[in-house]
Amino acid sequence: MSTIQIAGKTLELDTDGNIVNISDWDENVANEFAKIEGIEKLTERHWLVIDFMRKAFQEKGDSPSIRRLTKESGISTKELYELFPQGPAKKAAKIAGLPKPKGCI
Amino acid sequence: MSENNFEPIKKVSIIISRGSLDGVYPGLIMANGARMEGIETTLFFTFFGLDAIINKRMDKIKVATVGNPGMHMPTFLGAIPGMSAFATSMMKKEMEKLDIPPIREFIEMVSDAGAKLYGCKASVEMFHLTKKDFCSQVDEIISVGKFYEISAGAQIIFT
Repeated sequence: MSTIQIAGKTLELDTDGNIVNISDWDENVANEFAKIEGIEKLTERHWLVIDFMRKAFQEKGDSPSIRRLTKESGISTKELYELFPQGPAKKAAKIAGLPKPKGCI
Repeated sequence: MSENNFEPIKKVSIIISRGSLDGVYPGLIMANGARMEGIETTLFFTFFGLDAIINKRMDKIKVATVGNPGMHMPTFLGAIPGMSAFATSMMKKEMEKLDIPPIREFIEMVSDAGAKLYGCKASVEMFHLTKKDFCSQVDEIISVGKFYEISAGAQIIFT
């Protein structure tokens, strides 16, 4: 298990590079992780996805599928891929301070 | 972080060659999963696999209950009228629970996710089809040669 120095804190990471303790997460952490993932600034649309994912995770214990995410958050598949290029579910989960999604869809 | 020292897969070309529900879904799930991982994805529909992108057929695709050992039922049972429709409706219910969309929606989803969709020229000619018979997500009807050209550097998966 590795750690990362981010937003003035030392955070524990799992083997996928996602935060281990969800309680370590805050907005600054999200902003820093976004930069690591190549997203310079998180917009309102990014936050809509991040907030939805955190809410879904609290309810179900896993990140939502892309289908549920797009159907319920109102963000289209195309926009989701534009917001989080190169793997939206994985990237959004990392920025949202959640583990890598377990689902296949 | 990868579990080994191999290069991550960057590009895949998935061939869908069968027209049954159980023939079409694995390829679509693999394609969608690839895009979710940020992998460049091409889908090539050939032979009866074309049914998955033909406007008039894509909503009517059924599970094969005859000649399908995976169904675990004797062939004569699978041949009973309505059996295929029944098995199809059962399977669709299970898939809906897993958030797996119907084929038309799935095709739209993988296309919106950035996968490229192609029909096989030889099959299109054999079945006397034209580009107009296909759903709008199909990018082009291409030859096998063109498919290999597009697949340069990709892992090719045949389903």
